[in-house]
Amino acid sequence: MNQASVPAVAAVELVGIRKSFPNASGNVQALDDVSLSVEQGEFFALLGPNGAGKTTLISILAGLTKADSGSACVMGFNTVHEYRDARTNLGVVPQELVFDPFFTVRETLELQAKYYGVKNASAWIDEILEHLDLTSKAKANMRALSGGMKRRVLVGQALVHKPPVIVLDEPTAGVDVELRQNLWSFIKRLNSEGHTIILTTHYLEEAEALCQRVAMLKNGKVVALDTTANLLRGMSGITVQISADATPPAWVSRGGMQASGAFGYTLSGYAELESLLAAYREANIVVKEMKLGEADLEQAFLKLTSRSAEIIS
Amino acid sequence: MSDIANTIPTPQRSAQIKRSSAPILGPGFKALFYKECLRFWKVGFQTVVAPVVTTLLYLLIFSHALSEHVKVYGGKISYVEFLVPGLIMMAVLQNAFANSSSSMIQSKMMRNLIFILLPPITSLEIFCAYVFGAMARGLTVGFFMWLLTLPFVPWHAMVPNNPLWVLAFAMGGTWIMGTLGLIAGIWSEKFDHLAVFQNFIIMPLTFLAGTFYSIQTLPALWQKVSHVNPFFYMIDGFRYGFFGVSDVNPWISVSVVAVFVVLLSVIAMRMLVTGYKLRQ
Repeated sequence: MNQASVPAVAAVELVGIRKSFPNASGNVQALDDVSLSVEQGEFFALLGPNGAGKTTLISILAGLTKADSGSACVMGFNTVHEYRDARTNLGVVPQELVFDPFFTVRETLELQAKYYGVKNASAWIDEILEHLDLTSKAKANMRALSGGMKRRVLVGQALVHKPPVIVLDEPTAGVDVELRQNLWSFIKRLNSEGHTIILTTHYLEEAEALCQRVAMLKNGKVVALDTTANLLRGMSGITVQISADATPPAWVSRGGMQASGAFGYTLSGYAELESLLAAYREANIVVKEMKLGEADLEQAFLKLTSRSAEIIS
Repeated sequence: MSDIANTIPTPQRSAQIKRSSAPILGPGFKALFYKECLRFWKVGFQTVVAPVVTTLLYLLIFSHALSEHVKVYGGKISYVEFLVPGLIMMAVLQNAFANSSSSMIQSKMMRNLIFILLPPITSLEIFCAYVFGAMARGLTVGFFMWLLTLPFVPWHAMVPNNPLWVLAFAMGGTWIMGTLGLIAGIWSEKFDHLAVFQNFIIMPLTFLAGTFYSIQTLPALWQKVSHVNPFFYMIDGFRYGFFGVSDVNPWISVSVVAVFVVLLSVIAMRMLVTGYKLRQ
């Protein structure tokens, strides 16, 4: 059979996923008809503000949460009807910092390998420990580790059965800068070898640097699904941050207060910058400081989710 | 730093799609059972030594206080001989329950249950691993209890008259309690809920199951009440294995145990299959 004629199965296929949770005021629609597909070998980002439904979506993919309707597949295996095969092909780094206090780091990884039926995992576990800078802590009890170390053990647990699809839910939260770089070079290497990586992160610069495609969720819906390059192209122009006591009346609708305390504007080009500065002069508002920048994923994120910068800072 | 790229069988270089193993009780079961045993063995002073010492204290106190005053089975055996199998079985049952219930509730409270919910482990494998782990702890405690009570009673009294009955009731009893512990652990949302289960159901039923007395010494009403206590059949049947004497026919006891084994196993499996309080 000509293999080239056989379309490759998607690493992850989500079709019409809906999920609601009961709360005091009725039902909250956590996911509303979410459909997306991640191809094999992709480095894919799942972004959205807190409560957008990212973790719920990952939980459904991992079989931790049951969707009200819709279907989810991992490497072509339905996560409900073929859950064993689906889970065998999936590794998940959970967002929450969880651990079993009875065991050492090595025992934790060995047990996790055995749960997946991996035999003779010692050499691979040694590799993981080395790349996650945990070799010296292999015999330490999980309770004795710092938060960043526990996070790295969680990454190791997700990789221990060498899954084709790896989901990282905020993997670098609480991890210091140097180790974050080591972790990303490790993950990038896995991706370059063909592993599919799905990432959620609050560090948008990470998603911009690493991911080929991005899905943005808001209120349980996909508000954008495109390549990172296309999303940035849609944000062509410049960004300006101005430290001042107020924003000119004519620009109130376009300048939001950012986490830094400055007013942020997205402009079509430098010609519009002149108009903005002229408006400041006419309004007798003193510009104390001004910073210019190119449009980035954060701008795209803010535009698409219509949220203030404080939420993601 | 070693070249990790050369060690990772990737989708392109090896089988692109992985398949899970098919056995009914596969590697996930073995790993989880091993973990359950390792868990209690690591804190053996708390999970094995402490209950053995506590039960030995019961033996010393009750045998000293009551041996001259209580006659059992028409005086065929001494009170101490009567007491020991009951105490062993009580400790076996309580520890089997404690193992599965504490393991499950701790995993839920610390949220590390995710580590066994993410892998391709079936509900049957989870059930068997937790129950067999509970049985292992209960039987370990029972074995050490039996060993350490040998100096207190004539050795011939501690050699089971019918080891098969002893084994059947020990296995059946620990299965029931391990399953009950699993149910309690899944149902409980905090340690308080489990304490209610333990202090208001398990403890009274084991203490009032004829551990310290033969129910033939009770008034008629309390004899009838004892007959609706399933723990009574487990302890009475276990004791029958040692002496060949019991309050009720051992076949009735083993039937009651079998019914509860099936009933509780169905309930626990149902909870696991539906993901009750485990998966949202």
